[in-house]
Amino acid sequence: MADVRIITANEAAALAAKLCKVQVVAAYPITPQTPVTEDLAAMIESGELKSEYLTVESEHSAMASVVAASQVGARVFTATSANGLLYMHEMLHWAAGSRVPVVTACVNRGVGAPWTILNDQQDSIAQRDTGWIQLYCRNSQEVLDTIIQAYRIAEQVLIPVMVCYDGFILSHTSYPVEVPPQDDVDRYLPPLDGNLGIIGGGYMNVNPLILSEPRLDPNSDLRPGYMDIRYRLHEDLRKALDAIGQADKEFEAIFGRGWGGLIWEYGMVDAEHVLVSMGSLASECTLAADELRSQGLRAGVIAVRAYRPFPDAALSRALRKAKTVTVFEKDVSYGYLGALATDLRSALFDAGLTPKVCSFVAGLGGRDVRPEQLTRTAADAILKQPALGWIDLKGIA
Amino acid sequence: MATRAARDLPTEEFILPGSRSCAACGLMLTYRHALKALDPGKTLVAVPASCMTVLHGVYPITPVKVTCINTPFAATAASASGLVAGLKAIKREDYTVVAFAGDGGTYDIGIQALSGALERGTNFMYVCYDNEGYMNTGTQRSSASPAAAVTSTTPILAKAQHKKDMIRIVEAHRIPYIATASPSFPLDLFDKVKTAKDIRGSRYLEVLAPCPPGWGFPNKDLIKMGKLTVECGIHVLYEIREGRLRLTSRSLVLAEKGRKKTIADYVKGQTRFKKISKDQIDALQQWTDQRWEEFLQRHNRG
Amino acid sequence: MADKIRETVMAISRPAPGEAGRTGDWRSYTPVIDHEKCTGKDSCLYCWLYCPDGVISREFPLEIDLEYCKGCGVCAEECPRKAITMVE
Ligand SMILES: Cc1ncc(C[n+]2csc(CCOP(=O)(O)OP(=O)(O)O)c2C)c(N)n1
Ligand code: SF4
Ligand code: SF4
Ligand code: SF4
Repeated sequence: MADVRIITANEAAALAAKLCKVQVVAAYPITPQTPVTEDLAAMIESGELKSEYLTVESEHSAMASVVAASQVGARVFTATSANGLLYMHEMLHWAAGSRVPVVTACVNRGVGAPWTILNDQQDSIAQRDTGWIQLYCRNSQEVLDTIIQAYRIAEQVLIPVMVCYDGFILSHTSYPVEVPPQDDVDRYLPPLDGNLGIIGGGYMNVNPLILSEPRLDPNSDLRPGYMDIRYRLHEDLRKALDAIGQADKEFEAIFGRGWGGLIWEYGMVDAEHVLVSMGSLASECTLAADELRSQGLRAGVIAVRAYRPFPDAALSRALRKAKTVTVFEKDVSYGYLGALATDLRSALFDAGLTPKVCSFVAGLGGRDVRPEQLTRTAADAILKQPALGWIDLKGIA
Repeated sequence: MATRAARDLPTEEFILPGSRSCAACGLMLTYRHALKALDPGKTLVAVPASCMTVLHGVYPITPVKVTCINTPFAATAASASGLVAGLKAIKREDYTVVAFAGDGGTYDIGIQALSGALERGTNFMYVCYDNEGYMNTGTQRSSASPAAAVTSTTPILAKAQHKKDMIRIVEAHRIPYIATASPSFPLDLFDKVKTAKDIRGSRYLEVLAPCPPGWGFPNKDLIKMGKLTVECGIHVLYEIREGRLRLTSRSLVLAEKGRKKTIADYVKGQTRFKKISKDQIDALQQWTDQRWEEFLQRHNRG
Repeated sequence: MADKIRETVMAISRPAPGEAGRTGDWRSYTPVIDHEKCTGKDSCLYCWLYCPDGVISREFPLEIDLEYCKGCGVCAEECPRKAITMVE
């Protein structure tokens, strides 16, 4: 009998970490991530989860300590939101450069100033170029499943993974979630190979100063320069596209559920007008697509699950017959468009595809996004001139 | 038992020759003897951006026979906490974790992470090698620079403030072991690192490490300069265990025989004090005397 | 396996002498030991103790590794028998 519980995405995230038998947790509370840190603390204090828990004094320290624990060879977890994630920024680069399989939950929240505790995705989008894998979830079940997959991916490609889900909309809202049996998780995710750590491999100086040009090592083998070692991260991140797809396939084989790998598609078989989004907003988009279809427009939805590495090939393939592509996203690259729209346009251009691409910024700082609005905006985008902009602005003349 | 002679120190060198540090570097000498007191095969070192990074060499070679992780400037004690937690998780608590940071990485940017680690009672040793400035970036002022020192960010007026009393901040965390040391008293330094190694909980060591280019004195005078820091009383050698302070080594002798060297003697041989005025010397002397009295009182109280 | 992964994707240095090259090329003063003055009998080893770079042997007759001595003059300054002189 399946173990189905009515829980929030935060509870699902903490449960996932427990199922993955994480060995070191370090976290610092911030709304809306806080319940994750509290749940894990309770699990660890009660002995339900055998793990070290570091109640660090900041997010910078949270990430610094899980990176170091991971370097020693322990499986680690942390979670944060908004300004907490921004405070980690230096360490996010350090984690990716260190090639440690750290998994972090990012409970998406808008960033100050001014303060907001409500949801958008500016926090994780602002970390786009740190070298992390970023996966966006649409619902609580996907959060639980994706965190389990994240360890599988991270430990295979040695790149940290950020699992993103929307604050409050998912983090504090209860839905039925199937909690997989521990045995199955153990089968899917074997214990971390302790040898990946720095213990017992002889004396080493990890992440030293590096030159721009290659240099001979003590055995007279030529070692790369800074740019070369950074290219390796980039190259491995590109290769991780396969690993992300594979991890989802293998997950499906064991647990009977998959999440589309890199992108999730809805009504795409014959879609001419595609709404593209990330996270819970993509679920809203399905309601809009249904409505557009009832108005005679063949609409479909793509949820970008893997934002980094960017699934350009998968998107181009899925969008090859699209006439309009309307991107709704809860972030913006200030002074230009939404980040997802920008990346998507570039991918389509490279693939020689020329649909009309419309970019809409929506729902910043918790502003409610209603399906009718998405429907109206998308219909305008499809039927009228190319469109860009911020939807549902109020109170500014 | 205190180590009495050079020949009692371990023979093995853990810093291979041909390193990148300056000639006559007080940090080098400190690290050289500290590693002898540790068991490098069973030690993990965490090092932030600093002269220590440079000492540890440019990829893919290091002169140092110890496993070291480099960490961002502010993160040293947090990284060390992670090492400690990771070792516990993988059941390798036979390793000692040692953080080794400069005064900038300790007094300034790293103080938050350090306070957090100490407050949590992290089972590690933190060594601050204090060269009284941001030397790696070219001798800028830190909160550990002494008053009246010219630095590259106090180039004209010299530093107006006294050195931060970091050890008091550390002491406020009520950790089991705190000690100060000097590379000019290597046996005392060695003993303190060895003592700290075998204590559980957070241990903090602060070593005043003279820096010839940063302070402006001739290379050959490294040892003399370090001795002078202690003899004039601006640096005091002691241990604090469970709140009890005990003077050690040369400072203990001075407590019995009295101090003869003055701040005027101390500042004379250093170009960083080239602009020091009579008033500033007096102020520094007063600051030094006041602290010395406090240490004496605490020492005598036992 | 683990080692191979480590060495190919991570920046990890391994220990070796001469990381920064030989000092013989730039050193302006060189320490010379007078073995008549320092015979090894009751010798103090202060030079060994205080050499920041650890390039003085601990066995007598003392030897200085001139490939890597930085010529700082600390040993000469600290020798109580004036057995070490710095020569240009
Ligand atoms: C976040 C950050 N800010 C600034 C720097 C630049 N930086 C590198 S080392 C250093 C000074 C280090 O001073 P200290 O800790 O006293 O060590 P020292 O160089 O004197 O050995 C500075 C400012 C940095 N690496 N990271
Ligand atoms: S600048 Fe000072 S502390 Fe840094 S390596 Fe040179 S002598 Fe040592
Ligand atoms: S310091 Fe001088 S006397 Fe002492 S061992 Fe060295 S050379 Fe000999
Ligand atoms: S000159 Fe300096 S580096 Fe050379 S042996 Fe003497 S103390 Fe060591």
